[in-house]
Amino acid sequence: MVIKTEPIILNIGPAHPSTHGVFRMRTTLDGEVIVEMEPIFGYLHRSIEKLAEERTYTGFIPLTDRLDYLAAMSNNLAYCLTVEKLAGIPVPERAEYIRVIIAELQRIASHLIAVGAFLQDCGAFMTPFLYMIREREKILDLFEMVSGQRLTYNYMRFGGLSQDIPDEFLPALRKFVDQMPSYIDEYDQLLAENEILLARTKGIGILSRETALNTSASGPVLRASGVEWDIRHADPYSIYPRFEFKIPTGMVGDCYDRYWIRIQEMRQSVRIIKQAMKQLPPGPVRSTVPWLIHPPVGEAYAHVEAPKGELGFYLVSDNSIAPYRCHIRGPSLINLTALRDMVVGWKIADAIVIFGSIDICMGEVDR
Amino acid sequence: MIGFNYSLGLESYGRTLPPDWPGGFWWHWLVFTVIILAFVMTVLLGFVWFERRALGRMQARLGPNRVGPFGLLQPVADALKVLIKEDIVPSQADKIVHWLAPVVTLVPVLMIFAVVPFQDGALLVDLNIGLLYVVAVSAVPILGIFMAGWASNNKYTLIAAMRDVASVISYEIPVVLSLAGVVLIAGSLSLNQIVLTQNTPLILLQPLGFLIFFIGGLAEINRTPFDLLEADSELTAGFHTEYSGMKFALFYLAEYAEALALSALIATFFLSGWRGPFLPPWLWFLLKIVAMFFVIIWMRATLPRIRIDQLMALAWKFLFPLALLNIVVTAIEVLVWPEALPWGLIPVNIVVAGILVLFLSKKFTLGWGRIEV
Amino acid sequence: MKFEHYGIGIAKGLTVTLRHLFRHPVTVQYPDQRLHTSRRIRGNELVWNEEKCTGCATCAQVCHIGAINIVTSPSRATNTYTVEKYEVDTGYCIMCGLCVEACPFKALYMGYDYERAKYRSGDLVQTKEMMMTTPEKHISGYFYPELATRLPMQTLLLEKVKEEE
Repeated sequence: MVIKTEPIILNIGPAHPSTHGVFRMRTTLDGEVIVEMEPIFGYLHRSIEKLAEERTYTGFIPLTDRLDYLAAMSNNLAYCLTVEKLAGIPVPERAEYIRVIIAELQRIASHLIAVGAFLQDCGAFMTPFLYMIREREKILDLFEMVSGQRLTYNYMRFGGLSQDIPDEFLPALRKFVDQMPSYIDEYDQLLAENEILLARTKGIGILSRETALNTSASGPVLRASGVEWDIRHADPYSIYPRFEFKIPTGMVGDCYDRYWIRIQEMRQSVRIIKQAMKQLPPGPVRSTVPWLIHPPVGEAYAHVEAPKGELGFYLVSDNSIAPYRCHIRGPSLINLTALRDMVVGWKIADAIVIFGSIDICMGEVDR
Repeated sequence: MIGFNYSLGLESYGRTLPPDWPGGFWWHWLVFTVIILAFVMTVLLGFVWFERRALGRMQARLGPNRVGPFGLLQPVADALKVLIKEDIVPSQADKIVHWLAPVVTLVPVLMIFAVVPFQDGALLVDLNIGLLYVVAVSAVPILGIFMAGWASNNKYTLIAAMRDVASVISYEIPVVLSLAGVVLIAGSLSLNQIVLTQNTPLILLQPLGFLIFFIGGLAEINRTPFDLLEADSELTAGFHTEYSGMKFALFYLAEYAEALALSALIATFFLSGWRGPFLPPWLWFLLKIVAMFFVIIWMRATLPRIRIDQLMALAWKFLFPLALLNIVVTAIEVLVWPEALPWGLIPVNIVVAGILVLFLSKKFTLGWGRIEV
Repeated sequence: MKFEHYGIGIAKGLTVTLRHLFRHPVTVQYPDQRLHTSRRIRGNELVWNEEKCTGCATCAQVCHIGAINIVTSPSRATNTYTVEKYEVDTGYCIMCGLCVEACPFKALYMGYDYERAKYRSGDLVQTKEMMMTTPEKHISGYFYPELATRLPMQTLLLEKVKEEE
């Protein structure tokens, strides 16, 4: 006898503890199994792209902080690179190095949140999250030291940085860089071999290589599927070719690979910071750029490897003080489009884990 | 020491009076009910504080430390806050069931303590079927949780309730089977008698039984890593999503009372209950309870949550065969070497347990759980 | 699901949490214990130097939020502007610090204090008098590194947490 069961529709979100913001998954369930999932977003839409057209080029920098607020420095960097490309502004050597150091610190900070929140979604009650918040706090201290704020830094400018790093920054950074690998080892010890975590993440939510490429996913999500694509290597910006680092890639493309890749990338970031600290030259950190720039008519697209994936800014200039059009390619939104393929057929608990493993920031999804 | 010994069948229950008590049985009943209620409530408040402090320290933070010395009065403050909160009942809820559910959850948990000995003979009633009574009563709270999940008229609570019924009924079986080993060795179902026969703690003689009972017990009281029905990252708050005020507090109390009951039962069955040198028996009992509860907290601080199908598989494919094998091994030991029980069998049992666990770990596999739709 | 490591992974995790039980917690109990913030902190107020200000209104132009409201009147005799009204609505202000960077006469600074919560949003508007530099008002070193040296060193969690190894 076949028992006919009614599917039920369950709204996960927009106010749910593990949707990382105001994301809504409209799931159709058959018992615990998800038969259909429809992602609904737009609850946090602030029309940032339109706001860019109403501001001067410089005035938009503080708003880029509000895109992916967990990796504000990367947003700053991507936007400044685009405007520099558009207007042809040179960047001093020292500023480039500091930018790399800051961007890699930001990558560690963002991955810490990503991994911590992911493990909490797996059900580890706060512990890994709080450990990782503790290390992120140290990075935020460093950012506060250089920029004066803890979340919305507004630190980078066209042609460099807003101000040079203070004297006490480098000793503190060295101390942090020395400590960090042992902490990453500790995270590995805490949960990396844990049977329950393996059971919850290995083989779960597999994103195949083809699907990942077709959805134009990027960042750790793409690399977990086995595609060795890192913009720092593939289309180098800033001074990344001068550093030696590896690109960790996964084999399967499951949740565990995405988690593992983030941990490995933190190690690689520490490596880059160590090299950059050795090579850091003296000199100015900001080339002379007028406050109101009038870039020549044209368009420019520049992208960086933000912690969550490829973050690109597309700017069209009409030789006025404000961009004619600004488009942001946010990695979170595009990685999220693969969610339905990954979730259908799994259980509710898996859906939460898969969603957590993509690591999105709603500020960037809805913009 | 309170020295009365009567182990009675139910038929002679009301007739025989304990010799030391002037008013007879009803005085005994009254005194011990009050003692049990006072004990459970105070220990629960202590546990709430202890869990939050210990979790805090394990998570590199402080935990509550504002109300009273070391934050000791925090549970009292929480209780006061919860008491004066508005009691919200969803408009579409099944009102009576919604109201009844917390009571149905809490009361059976308190009833477990009726047969738990705090000292030799110091218990409300020394049932000669005490173990059976414990097993039966401890299964009732599921009913309350299911009532809560059903009556709230909320999809999250319903899913949580379904999960709970499925998991707890499955885990009853390995838990009961693991206790059979204890009964075989102790030769009695009375909890007082079980403690009296434990010259060596049974955890040494029954390492496998202890493991199964502990894992199954964790699953039954829904603590991490089996806290599927409260799974805050999946189901917001599970079955008590729609509860507030005092009714929520009752659920909260029931959760901790279950943890206390599990600790007390483990202490009684496997850690030789109130027995121990130097210290007074009730203190030994309390210490063992606190130690067990610390292990539970420790698990909660570390482990992620398991998924529902994995939970069921763990019960049926791993714990159930282990429990059966455990009974067989214990039965053979009791039958063949009844004299060698205290010391000779401890290393043998530990080795057997290790081999069995390793063997079944090797055999235990499970698909990843994707269902084609 | 498999028991690949026979529970050793779980045991390893348990040792980490147990080790943390004996480490010093990193929490700071804020109103009782206070850490020094960064010397460059962009505290939620602006400090304005009346003598240096020429009333050029660059700050108001640069402010992309529109939080700065400045009204000036020209005086022909001295060939200067008098600042009639200078108001910053810190409820709108996002503390980006662009006005401080843009000021050509170094007349505007970020404040060092950050506890300026108010009960009404109207109270958040800083008037000219509230923004004046006074001896007891701390000025942040944001964009003015020479001012930063007067401030206490930032307390870093990095140095506060001592590990046993």
